[in-house]
Amino acid sequence: MAQLICEGLSLGYDGREILHGINFEVNAGDYLCIVGENGSGKSTLMKTILGLQSPLSGTVRTGDGLKQNEIGYLPQQTIVQRDFPASVREIVLSGCQARCGLRPFYNKEEKALAEANMEKMDVLPLANRCYRELSGGQQQRVLLARALCATRKMLLLDEPVSGLDPRVTAEMYALIEKLNREDGITILMISHDIAAALRYATHILHVANNVFFGTKEEYLQSDAGKTFAKEADVNVE
Amino acid sequence: MLSKLAEYWEYPFVKYALIVGVLVALCSSLLGVTLVLKRFSFIGDGLSHVAFGAMAIASIFNITNDMPIVIVITVLSAVLLLRGGQNAKIKGDAAVAMISVGALAVGYLLLNLFAPSGNLAGDVCSTLFGSTSILTLSKFDVAFSAGLSLLVIVIFILFYQKIFCVTFDENFARATGTKASLYNLLIAIVIAVIIVLAMNLVGSLLISALVIFPALSAMRLFKSFRSVTVFAAVYSVLTAALGILVSILAGTPVGSTIVGIEIVTFACCFIIGSVGMKKAA
Repeated sequence: MAQLICEGLSLGYDGREILHGINFEVNAGDYLCIVGENGSGKSTLMKTILGLQSPLSGTVRTGDGLKQNEIGYLPQQTIVQRDFPASVREIVLSGCQARCGLRPFYNKEEKALAEANMEKMDVLPLANRCYRELSGGQQQRVLLARALCATRKMLLLDEPVSGLDPRVTAEMYALIEKLNREDGITILMISHDIAAALRYATHILHVANNVFFGTKEEYLQSDAGKTFAKEADVNVE
Repeated sequence: MLSKLAEYWEYPFVKYALIVGVLVALCSSLLGVTLVLKRFSFIGDGLSHVAFGAMAIASIFNITNDMPIVIVITVLSAVLLLRGGQNAKIKGDAAVAMISVGALAVGYLLLNLFAPSGNLAGDVCSTLFGSTSILTLSKFDVAFSAGLSLLVIVIFILFYQKIFCVTFDENFARATGTKASLYNLLIAIVIAVIIVLAMNLVGSLLISALVIFPALSAMRLFKSFRSVTVFAAVYSVLTAALGILVSILAGTPVGSTIVGIEIVTFACCFIIGSVGMKKAA
């Protein structure tokens, strides 16, 4: 059974539909890129998958041992976070919050998990530094470590490289690829960067009037894929 | 000066004022960081005006121990205001402004129409600026305030990690299964209780100072959520105690004295913070 199944989704605000006919499945270990133009509803789709917003119709189901609240999430940064006084360790630990239930404090196991994920994302030396003083790339790695505390199976990344310079962007993509290949974590990524999407993803969901879903190879053969890739000036081989 | 202080110390009302003042100041500093970061700095102001309206109603019906009823009304408004959060139809600041001004106007109107006491101007002034009311607390008020303050502190410690999580990134918290709306509700209720408690100390117009100055000062100097919270609490206790003592000795109004001291200390923290940042850079 697939980890995530979306059937007949239609999305929108206040009863106004912005997207309809979304059907797709994500299996363990997939790397799905969600592409589409600005305002096409990519972020709304992501919120729906996370259960932050309910669809106008259709269903989002999880399976294969994945629970709705076991999806790790790397959000776009909010204004609040830019001047938030918090150390890196505090933020990464907060990824374990859902495990606590009503227990007021973190236990040893959760602290060890946070430590291990900071190590993995190479931010352990920054553990006591203040989040707002870090560079953009470091901040993303901290948030990624937090997301890993919340999941072992699936990560949802919302524009993970926006605002990063090219070198850091490449590092970020490499890191995400490593999580996908070595740790077998399923990746769902919203991206503007069609070149990167075609390079790393196994599947593509193109959000537009005609929604496309399929493997990368199928996408490159489709009309939507050809136009989009051409516009983005990507060398299709 | 010390002998004068020792002389005043003999009076029970001075001790009461100090105990209640310090506890209330401590409470109001705790959630300051959360409110400042959630861009709700003025919620204190709004709710205190609601509390003023509620007090007006209580005094019309000649209820002497008005705190419980004031708390209930204020908690209800807080829940209404914060529940909408980011998705409300009327945005946060506008809703706060609407409710607060409305409550203030209706409260004053009701007092004028049905006022039981002759000294209306004095009553209103002491509710708004807290002038001397903290020195005239009844035994019931003292016990009630102290009990509620302790309750607020215990709740804050128990839910500290959850409050952090919801403040830093509400969407992440919700997506990973933390009941964010429940904790937002809890925050709203606690804030309302704090506001009503703090009205005794500084009056309804100055409450925001008690909530935001400790947080802002701490944020200039410290870099982790825990150190900011601890510093804000200590700062708040010290400035409140100092303010109460100064006001007793100099005969100044308690609320504005405390706020005055907080303005000066905030300036100090600001300068120290800026110098420290230059050194680091």
